[in-house]
Parts: sequence; C-alpha cells; structure tokens
Amino acid sequence: MTVVYPIITILGIICYWFILGIMGSIVLRIQLKYLRSIFLLSSIGSFFLLLYSGLSLNQTSSNIVLNLGVPGYPFHLHWDPLSGFFLVVLSITSLGVSLFSSDYFRHLTFRTQSMICFNYHLFLASMAWVLIAADAYSFLIAWELMALSSYFLIVAFQSTQENQHAGFLYLLIAHIGALSILLSFALILQGQNDFSFDHIRQVNLSSIYLNMAVLFALIGFGAKAGLLPFHIWLPEAHPAAPSPISALMSGVMLKIAIYGILRISFDLLPGKEISWGVVLLIMGLLTALFGVILAAMQTDMKRLLAYSSIENIGLIFTGIGLSQLFNASNHTQLAALTLVAVLFLCFNHALLKCLLFLGTGSVLHATEERNLGRLGGLISRMPWVATLILIGVLGMAGVPMLNGFVAEWLLLQSFLLSPKISISSLIMILPIAAAIVVLVIGLSAYVMIKFYGIIFLGKPRESHLVKVVDASALEKFGLIWFAGICLVLGLFPIILIHPLINIADFLLHAISPASPLFQVKHSWLFLVPIQAERASYSPFIFFCVIIAFYMILFILIRTFYHGRLIRTHAWDGGYPGQTARMQDTAEGFSQPIKQIFKSFLHIQLKVPAAEDKHPQYQMYAADRFWYVLYFPLERSIFYIAKWISKLQHGRISYYLMYSFITLLILLWWVL
Amino acid sequence: MSLTIPICFQVIQSVLLILLAPLFIGWISQNKAWLNNKTGPGIFQPYRQLHKLFFKDPLVATNASPIFRITPYIYFGAMCLITAIIPVLSTLLPFSYVADVIALSGLFALVRIFLALSAMDIGTAFGSMGARREMLIAFLTEPALLMIFFNLALIHQSTVLATIVGNALTHTLTINSSISFAAIAFIMVLLAENARFPIDNPTTHLELTMTHEAMILEYSGRHLALIEWSSYLKLLNYIAIGVALFIPWGMTTLPVFSDLVLSGLFFLSKLFITGSCLALFESVSAKLRIFRVPEFLTIAFLFAIFGVLIQLLGIR
Repeated sequence: MTVVYPIITILGIICYWFILGIMGSIVLRIQLKYLRSIFLLSSIGSFFLLLYSGLSLNQTSSNIVLNLGVPGYPFHLHWDPLSGFFLVVLSITSLGVSLFSSDYFRHLTFRTQSMICFNYHLFLASMAWVLIAADAYSFLIAWELMALSSYFLIVAFQSTQENQHAGFLYLLIAHIGALSILLSFALILQGQNDFSFDHIRQVNLSSIYLNMAVLFALIGFGAKAGLLPFHIWLPEAHPAAPSPISALMSGVMLKIAIYGILRISFDLLPGKEISWGVVLLIMGLLTALFGVILAAMQTDMKRLLAYSSIENIGLIFTGIGLSQLFNASNHTQLAALTLVAVLFLCFNHALLKCLLFLGTGSVLHATEERNLGRLGGLISRMPWVATLILIGVLGMAGVPMLNGFVAEWLLLQSFLLSPKISISSLIMILPIAAAIVVLVIGLSAYVMIKFYGIIFLGKPRESHLVKVVDASALEKFGLIWFAGICLVLGLFPIILIHPLINIADFLLHAISPASPLFQVKHSWLFLVPIQAERASYSPFIFFCVIIAFYMILFILIRTFYHGRLIRTHAWDGGYPGQTARMQDTAEGFSQPIKQIFKSFLHIQLKVPAAEDKHPQYQMYAADRFWYVLYFPLERSIFYIAKWISKLQHGRISYYLMYSFITLLILLWWVL
Repeated sequence: MSLTIPICFQVIQSVLLILLAPLFIGWISQNKAWLNNKTGPGIFQPYRQLHKLFFKDPLVATNASPIFRITPYIYFGAMCLITAIIPVLSTLLPFSYVADVIALSGLFALVRIFLALSAMDIGTAFGSMGARREMLIAFLTEPALLMIFFNLALIHQSTVLATIVGNALTHTLTINSSISFAAIAFIMVLLAENARFPIDNPTTHLELTMTHEAMILEYSGRHLALIEWSSYLKLLNYIAIGVALFIPWGMTTLPVFSDLVLSGLFFLSKLFITGSCLALFESVSAKLRIFRVPEFLTIAFLFAIFGVLIQLLGIR
C-alpha cells in the first residue's frame, strides 16, 4: 500500500482543487465576500502538494490504474522523480499565485469571479493531472483540459475584441500542438491498443518512425512552450490575461510543455540520437535570441515579459539539446550535469516569471497602465513591490547571489565541457552556441534593466502616478513568497541541486545511483559541479564579503570623514528646465538594439516631413514572423477559400448538377 | 598545511591591490601627460582627488531611491572581493575557489547592473543614456570574454584562476598561437569594459561621447569617491586577470614570504609596463563613434573564437 501512497495523495489534491473550483463558482454567484477564503483554501491545497511532492522526491516510482473513463481504457497514473519535480514547481508557484489572487480579483463582477474561480482550479487540477498521467489517452485528456481552462481564463477577464482575438490565437496554436502530440503518440503506437507509457517504453520503432514521432512531439510541446515559430500566442495572450493567470501560464504551463519534451525524449523513447540534440539546440538558440531581442523592443510590460519567457524557453531547449548530445555520445555524467542546469533553469523561470508577472499585476492595479512610457518613479510610491521585483529582475538578469545565475553558470560549465563530444564538426560549433547563450544572457540583463528602470526608477511620467499606493497585504505575501525562495536558492543553490541530480539519474537511466557530480566537502557552501580544481562558486561568501565591506566602509568613512548628506535637485549637467519627459522612453532605451538587430525586426517608421506643423515621429517594431510567415499564410488561405467559394451559388440547379457530375465520375471510376 | 600563511598572503594581496589602484591610474595619466609633452600632476594625484571627494558633502537628488545610495558600496565591495580571488602575488589563496572566471565576470555584471539602475534612478536624460550605452557595450563584450575563457579552459581543463596559473607555472613555457589570439581579444575587451579609449573617454564630459561618466554624473562627495576608487580597482582587476591568464610568470606557488616579495616586484614591473603601454595606446588612438563599437567588439569576438578554433584543431 505504501507504494501507491504518493499518487493517492496527489489525486486527492486534484479532486480537492476540482471540487473547490465547482463549489467556489457556485458560492461566488451568491456571495462575493468568500473570494478570499476560496483562494486561501486553494493555496492550502498547494501547500500540501508541495509538502508531499517535495518530501517524496527521492522515492522510487510507483503506478496505479484507475478504472474510470471509457470502459476498457482505464486511466494509468504514475509518480516518479520527474513528475515529482514538476509537481513541486506547480505547487510552489500556485501557492504564491493563489495567495496573490485572493486579493487580486476582488474588484471584478461576480460573474467574472465565479468564471475565473472555476477555470483557475480546473487549470491547476489539469496541470497536476498531466504530470501524473501515465498513458497517452489520459495525458491528452488532461492536456486538452489544461488548454481549454486556460483559454477561458484569458477571455474571461475582459471581453474586448483584442482579448477574444488573443484567446482564439492561443486556442488555435494549442490545438495545432495537441494534434501534433496526438500524431506523435499515434506514430509510436501504430495501431496498438495499449496506450500506457509502460507499453510505449517497450515499443520497437524503425528509425524513420522514431524521428517522425520526436519531430511531432517537438512541434506539439514546442507550440505550447513558445518555440519558434509557434511563439506568437505568448505576446498576445499574456497582456490579455489577468496577471496571476499570466504568471501561472508562463511560470507553470510552459514548464509542463518542457516536462512533455523531457518525458518523450529521455524517458519514453529510448533512442540516443545526435540529430535530436542538434535540432533542439538550434531551435533553442534561435528562440532564445529572437525572444530576447523582441523583448528589448517592447513597450508593453506584459508583452515584454512574454517575450522574455520565450527567451527562457529557448535557453531551456538549448540545454536539453546539449544534454541529448552528451547522452548520445555516451557522456552520461555530463548529460546529467546539463540536465541539472536545465531543471534549475525551469525552476528559476517558474519562480522569477511568477514574481515579475504578479508584480506587473500590482503595478497594473495601482496605475491602470501597461505601457512603459506612461509609468516611472514608482519605487518611492510602491516601495514593497519595487524591492521585491528588484529581486526578480536581478535574478532574471543573471546576477550572482541570485538563483538565475546558478543555472546559467551550470549551463555554461557544461558548454565548456562540450569538447568531450567526439564529433569534430560539432565541437567546432558548440563554442559559438555557448557564445550565443552568453549574448542572450547579456541581452536579458539589458531587457531587465529597461523593464525595472522605466517602471520603477526615474521620475513619474504622468501626473496621476504621484497618488499611487502600494499593493495590499496578501498581494505582498504572494510576492514575498517568490522573492524569498529566489534569495534562498541564490545563496544556497545546493538545496535544490541534490534532488535534481536524482532526477537526472532517473532520466538518463544512470547505472550507479549517485553520479560523481557535486560531491565535495563543504558542499553547502561551495557549488562544485565536477572538481574544485575545475570550477567552483560560492554565492554565500560573495554575499558575506560584500556585506562586510559595506559595513567596514560605512564605519571607516564616518570615523575618518563624515556622514553628512544634502538633499537637493538633480544636477543633470546644470540644465534647469528638465522634465520627466526628457527621460528615456521604452523606445528610446531600446534604440541601440534596434540599430544592431534590424534584421530580426519588422520596423515601421513614420518620419515627419520638413514642412510639418506638428511633427510626429513614430516607430513600431513588430514580430517578423507575422509578416514572413503568418500573414502570407492567412492570405493564401483566404485566396483558396475565395476560389472554393465560387462553387457556392445558392441555386438548387447548380447543386443538383454537382451531385449528378459526382455520381457520373463515381460510376465511371467503379465500372 | 596550516592556513596562516595563505591567509596572510590573502590579506597582503588584497590590501596591496586596493591601495595601489589609484597609484596605477596616476601612473597612466602621468605617462599620458608626458606623451602630450606636459608636466603632469604627478602619480599621486588620484589619492588627493579621492581625499578631497571624501571630505565634500555628497549632494543627492530629492527623488533618489536607496538604490542610488547603496550602489557605490556594492561596487566597491564587489571589486574588493575580486582582488581576493585573482591570484596576483601567489596562487595559495583561500579565496581562490570562491569564484571561477565565469562567476568573476558575473560579479562584474552585478556592479554594472547596479550602476545602470542607479543611473536611471534620478530620471535625468544623461543617466538613462549612459545606462543604455553601458549595457550595449556589456552584452557585446560578454561573448568575447566567454570565448577567451573557453580557450583557457581547453588548455588548462579549468576555469579557476589559481589552477590556471598553477598549471601555467609548472608546465614548460610554450608559445601557443591560440593564446595570443585570446590575449589580443582580452585587451580589446579590457579597453571596452573599463571605459578606456577607443570606446569611451575616461576624462570627458561631452554628452555625445561619454558612457561611464554619464552614468555617474549625479554622484558627488563620498559616493563619487567610492565609485572612482572602484573603477580604478576595476581596471587593476582586469589587468590582474590578464596577467594571471597570459603572463603569470614570477608568481609564487610556495608558502614562503621571501618569494612573496619577489613576486610582488614582478607584478609591479608588469603593471609598470602595461600602464605605459596603455597610455601610449590611448594617446595614439581616437575615440570611436558609439555605433562603431559593435564592430570593434565583433573583431574582439572573432579573435577570441579564432583562438578557440585553433586550440580545437590542435587537440584533434
């Protein structure tokens, strides 16, 4: 009985969320004031899920079969370290997001509240279900539930045309993805009736089918994750959805897609193919670079974060590709190291993106403004939100002593070991891949400085920003939860690394359970991936030394000199007429990026003529993929549809003639 | 082996570097003055400058946030931490395993990000202009820097500076062509990262040309003193990294104090020469337009990647 215990608990929490969603939506129709308690109850569910999945991370896998659904096709459920890890991600993030949401949705009408309450909990439950599903059938059901509930969450908030449009785009791409995954499973199973993952693991496929299956899986999960060219739904859906929902979608749902890719390519399909690694690596690098450049160009804070998510997904895919390459060339240990980096990246991105999206939610509530160019100077009005978001921003920018840097450092360390892959054409290219990764990290620092600097620093660009107030207590708790975990993980990354090694061992089917990674004395202090002579990093000592120097300097300066300070106007080269409008706008700050990476962007410029009385300069940088891929595609579909519609005249005589001709052709063909 | 001697070495090295940094800048500007046929203020001028700034009352804008006031301390603290990690006099440093070269470049990124944030904090036009230019230079130099480290990791199988130096000292001297490519790239990165000549003019306050100075325009008094001192230290740290990576000879690997004095003399003479070379280079080169900077740094990146490719071909 102890074997199935984890699954039973997780199932219990899924049911709890589901029931909470239904009950909540009914209760909210009657009495609005229970909103807070419903979301607090939901976060208690997340807490137990976190406790349970966190504690049982190093247990062995277990299975259970539920006789639900269509007769003859029971639901297989399982629990293994990989699912466990992603359940931890889900529960940690949903805990904070639920705390935040309990105050966030209070201004909405009862209809919207009950709609959001139901779909929110359905969304959480279906994500947990995807993670424990152990057959293709229940996996896809859960996957579809996840897509549908998140669709309703996007469109429920406001019923403007933009939101509807964003929702449809999301639904369309989600379904292209789902069909692709279905095709992938169909290719693997080839008409056999046993859908369980245990069966899939034993299927012997010819290499063509295997490669096709992986390709379709990549398209399917990539569409959900935001891989090029399917990334277009993210920058549309995130601004449309309410911030906690954006946080969940970006922080968790994208990770579920990563879970799918890891499950398929490492666990279910046994192949060790160099080509998969190369494809994943290249797709990842392109996505990361494209995402970060477009993020730098954005003027809407939620679109900026959406593109930044695309960039992070790109980095994660790059890592998965590198790990595949190591694995295919039989360097299991290095593959494990890279996988640790990948999982760490996933964890970081979930935390940091939730923190930032929730923070934008607070800003949005306080100012009702999403455009960066109309914000500014919020650090003095919203000190709590500003400080907590600063942690998120520094984490995203890859600054040492925070969690973002640890994962990037590990990824770079594994790139530095790439010459061990014994394929000469590859090892010549991998250094360049590493350089692109570093470029992306550097650019993401640029993006984050733009994000933080324009929203929180400087002077308020609009007069009404002076009256802004800080977030409410529960919203702050939600933000503190994420920022706190980021800080702890940044200073003591080893807490997370030990369980990650287990997962990497599980995924790579490593024979010896403890691979000789990260085994050094003082391991709580030093992060040593291979050997101390090779590379090491100790964030806690960084922190201590910088704090120590701060205090020493503070005392020394006040002993030998003085501690006086005079508050006055800003100097700015002595120019007296400066106003808030002279600060960089979002467009201004990204001007160097526009200059350098012109070819990645679709830029529409409106330059005033010389004789204009009211000259206006306008620049609009759009996603190139719309213009290169999607608009031509749309036009061609409409073109074909127009031709086909010529058949439709609405006259009965024509239709009779059509059926007569069809009949003739069929007769001729049969006889 | 007892830890007393390494800890002594550690303290001596850090204190020496921190105190020496203004002197090095003084040496460079004195050299530049000589090259311009001027008398020059003497090599101790930076100390007087810092002393004066510490005495003055800092003026802080009314809307400045705590980020603005904390940045100078973070900058200085991080630079002092780096002096403890780079092997300058000896490889026997207890701190040398605190960070490898990639984590070191992360520390440089940390201070850069704080400087950029504090530049945007007041909300002046110059501040955000400086911040964006600085971040532009940063993301262009980082790939080149990584390629240099990649190259050295290929040669020494390590990214820890103490190990790299120890390895280079114990092995016989070989002229390695890939190393020379990496060294050229490193010098270019050093110039760009430290706001030196073809990229930025450290002495100008002309709005079209300044980058680093634009960021710190609002600072005054002790804050400015700390920032100036830290940027001196940053240049010295970069040169110390360069010395450790490319010309480590003369450094001691033994816990003996007489060797420490000798290696100190070696290091001072290396600084002496690099300072003069830097001054000479800065005197004969002109500042680049800001949009020529990507070209300059792409060349640095290409040099670095040539180095890596040559090294990889050598391994095959």
